[in-house]
Amino acid sequence: MKHIIQQVFHSGKFIVGFVILAAVLLIVIVYPLLIKDAPLAIIGQGTFFPPGTYVNAYDSLGSPKYILNLEHAAAKRIASKLSDDDRLAMQEWLVAAGIPENEIDISNTEQLLRQWENHYDPQTNIAGMTNAKRNYYIRLNASLKGLLSTEGAIIAVKNADTGALEETGDVVAQSDYVNIGQVANVRRLPLGTDNFGRDVLTELVAATRVSLQIGFVAGIVATLIGLTLGLLSGYIGGLVDDGIMFITNLFTVIPSFVLLILISFSIGQEKRGAVTVAVVIGFTSWVWTARAVRAQVISLRNRDHVNLSKLSGHSLVYIIFADILPYVASYVVMALILQISSGILAEAGLSILGLGPKTTEVPTLGLMMNWAMIYQAPVLGKWWAYLPVLVTIALITFSMNLMNTGLDQVFNPALRD
Amino acid sequence: MAEERKVCLRGSKLTKVFGLGRQKTVAVDHVDFSFYEGEIVSIVGESGSGKTTLAKMLLGLLNPTEGEVYFQGKKRDIGTHKKKKEYWKNIQAIFQDPFSSYNIFHKIDSVLLDCINMRGGRKFSHTKKVEMMTEACGFVNLKFEELTNKYPFELSGGQMQRLMIARIFLLKPKILLADEPTSMIDACSRATILDMLMQLRKEIGMTIIFITHDIGLAYYVSDSVYIMEHGKFVESGTADEVILHPQEAYTQRLINDVPKIYEEWDLSTV
Ligand SMILES: Nc1ncnc2c1ncn2[C@@H]1O[C@H](COP(=O)(O)OP(=O)(O)OP(=O)(O)O)[C@@H](O)[C@H]1O
Ligand SMILES: [Mg+2]
Repeated sequence: MKHIIQQVFHSGKFIVGFVILAAVLLIVIVYPLLIKDAPLAIIGQGTFFPPGTYVNAYDSLGSPKYILNLEHAAAKRIASKLSDDDRLAMQEWLVAAGIPENEIDISNTEQLLRQWENHYDPQTNIAGMTNAKRNYYIRLNASLKGLLSTEGAIIAVKNADTGALEETGDVVAQSDYVNIGQVANVRRLPLGTDNFGRDVLTELVAATRVSLQIGFVAGIVATLIGLTLGLLSGYIGGLVDDGIMFITNLFTVIPSFVLLILISFSIGQEKRGAVTVAVVIGFTSWVWTARAVRAQVISLRNRDHVNLSKLSGHSLVYIIFADILPYVASYVVMALILQISSGILAEAGLSILGLGPKTTEVPTLGLMMNWAMIYQAPVLGKWWAYLPVLVTIALITFSMNLMNTGLDQVFNPALRD
Repeated sequence: MAEERKVCLRGSKLTKVFGLGRQKTVAVDHVDFSFYEGEIVSIVGESGSGKTTLAKMLLGLLNPTEGEVYFQGKKRDIGTHKKKKEYWKNIQAIFQDPFSSYNIFHKIDSVLLDCINMRGGRKFSHTKKVEMMTEACGFVNLKFEELTNKYPFELSGGQMQRLMIARIFLLKPKILLADEPTSMIDACSRATILDMLMQLRKEIGMTIIFITHDIGLAYYVSDSVYIMEHGKFVESGTADEVILHPQEAYTQRLINDVPKIYEEWDLSTV
């Protein structure tokens, strides 16, 4: 036994797969210990906030101020307000107004703004310009006002009685900085929020956990059913074999995913918890394990070590558990790994069709995909709502398949390269 | 002399057919035989003649398609697990291939302990059991101290086969079916294994049914010989009768196939 495990950990593929899976498991276990937010809590008002660090603007006003004189601060500020499209539009207007094109340098913000200030006149009509375009320039011009100003912003508070603005005396200068650590409310959303305004990362971790659980339960259910039927049908043979093979053939003929959809549908949304879905998945995917185990057992049951065990007076149960099971164990472990990964995929498939676990309790990877699809995240380019989910699913199945290939090479020396 | 010999195992029209229809193989074809107590009986035949299949039927590991086995004069009844276990206290086997005869997940100790348990020694003290195992290993020139906690696959083929004999030593069955016990091991170990079997027979007085494809070996060890061809016994009788005066061309061919080293026996048949 120790020997086999040692050998398994000499297989590069197995190790890579194992490390990836262990890392995923570790994150899934450790993350909720560190961040105790409810995974399905709606925190964002609005949909699909992009990933980033969210600093409370109100709190940052009251935080201690530090003056930093940084070289390109002003340029960066202006640049962030003046997009490349705006610059091109400005150039277009200026050229139309008679400025020679070679005098305009749109990468030189200061010069461009000065030229704009000197020449722009909302009254001037340029031939061929649509009304919409003119309004765009008026808006652009308004937003550029004060862009070059170096004055600070004055903070004023509304007097509750008179409604008049009263200056607090606080002036936020352009060179004022706050330390993010000293702002009371800062929220990191490394993967932004989803369509409901939920933190995608927290949700993803919770979903991965539930999906892994579903995969494990489905895999174990499928393997247990398949193993038991395979052992009985292979070892006992005769009528038992005929009966079991009849059921197995029935399940083989009906595609398991169709069966899965039918069963999930007939259970109904209300009763479809994560565990139920897992059991249903397991119940529909044991067929190949049963067939493969049966085939192996049939070739094992006539082996001499089984005969010797019989001659030593051992019972049927003992022989199945001690003389047959250990010989198929390596195969069963491999089948289990595949069943787990296909269980995770099956859940995702079901959920995308809207037949997954009911949505109010727990997230799963499939449900997250479902939500992202319904709210058109791919169309809107909100990649953070679905890409991390896809990557997680891919990573888990990839790692498991890798482990499986590694095991295969250990157990079937003919495949070793 | 014939009167005092008791039949211990008798077969009548024993048949085994594998597969159905076109795939049908008649491995053993209506064989009749009587094996006498205390004898060494050899069953000789070329590869695929059905020797192992016959042995498995005698052991009750395969159900005959047709025919009956009589054990100690009575029709053999091994319908239940209990009856089977009782039968297997009387008849044991050494298989053809020692490498596949052991469960690779079980230690050597458990192989021997099974035998002690089978003989009703389940309640013996640990020291007593170790003593018995040591004695059995000693009988076949193995050191139990070196074997304990080892796995069978850590032994050589010859050692494995000797361990099989140690098993028989502990079980002390009335009948031993030895299915080519020396075919998978080197010539040197072969002689040792045969010697040990003979010695064991002397000690516990059992009947040995010795299966081989080597007619020279059969002549060397056995009292009576059965020649098997395509699932049928084509010739039988005492070793001298069959091998010194073969009636069948098949037997003659088997004799001629014997390598030159047995020439002294060959010469007598020419
Ligand atoms: N379980 C089985 N299923 C189908 N056919 C079998 C089976 N076991 C044996 N046979 C067939 O029965 C015939 C006799 O086989 P058997 O093993 O008894 O031969 P043998 O005399 O022991 O040969 P060897 O000297 O090579 O061991 C062979 O043709 C073999 O193919
Ligand atoms: Mg054989």
